[in-house]
Amino acid sequence: MTALLQNLDTLLIYVFAALALVGALLMLVLRQPMRVALALISTMISLGAIYGLLGVHFIAAFQVLIYVGAVMVFMVYAIMLLEAREATPTGRFSALALPGIVAALVLVGALGYGAWHGFAALAGAAEGARFGIQQFSVSFLNDYWLHFELTSVLLVAAVVAALAVIKAGRRTHG
Amino acid sequence: MDSTVQVLLALSVALFAIGLLGLVIRRNLLVMLMCMELMLNGVNLSLVTFAHQMGSTVGAVLVFLIFVVAAAEIAIAIPIVLLLVRRKRTLDIGAFTGLKG
Repeated sequence: MTALLQNLDTLLIYVFAALALVGALLMLVLRQPMRVALALISTMISLGAIYGLLGVHFIAAFQVLIYVGAVMVFMVYAIMLLEAREATPTGRFSALALPGIVAALVLVGALGYGAWHGFAALAGAAEGARFGIQQFSVSFLNDYWLHFELTSVLLVAAVVAALAVIKAGRRTHG
Repeated sequence: MDSTVQVLLALSVALFAIGLLGLVIRRNLLVMLMCMELMLNGVNLSLVTFAHQMGSTVGAVLVFLIFVVAAAEIAIAIPIVLLLVRRKRTLDIGAFTGLKG
């Protein structure tokens, strides 16, 4: 029974990986930004499902909460705001499409080769040690508290920068 | 389990490459921003996979920091795009070739 459940987990991981890949590929070819946003949301939810199946549930929760709930909702609002203003619809691909595709294939080859073969030597090195949210929280707030505080500085800087951008736009626009 | 890990790493490579490709070949500003988000997601997937494989919390901590960076990035990028569109009335990246320096 446990073996069956493990197989089911693996199968579901493959299914969600395929869904994520399909969503990412659709992002390249869909014309309207709203559809691209929906494809990206489906990719993110599939990734969240993969994280859940791997057993890191808190990352899965935050993937859905932060990426889908905050970032993509913001993005969808921006799309709705800007699509109405746009006079002419933009073309889909730039002139760099062909060299871009070739370069991306080379990149996939190089990264994939590295990931596939470099990881084979590493595999099985420290398998089995699992961590839950308790170990994560202790490590996060004991060892990495400085980085945590620095992200708050980054967020303040982001808020100030966003306000400055809006103010600069108002000044130039009258 | 090893083959699962390798498949997930291959997926993260594919997501990163697709995001970069979309950033290069698409013309729409908002689509380019979304492709950047896709690249961050690919990196996140590789970090989670390694953290899961190693049983270490370092990767998970890094994933949380990337969440924060992604939120900050989108909070700055969207107002900039708003200003650009207000000025030129288009989302086409070709209209902004005058932005230099």
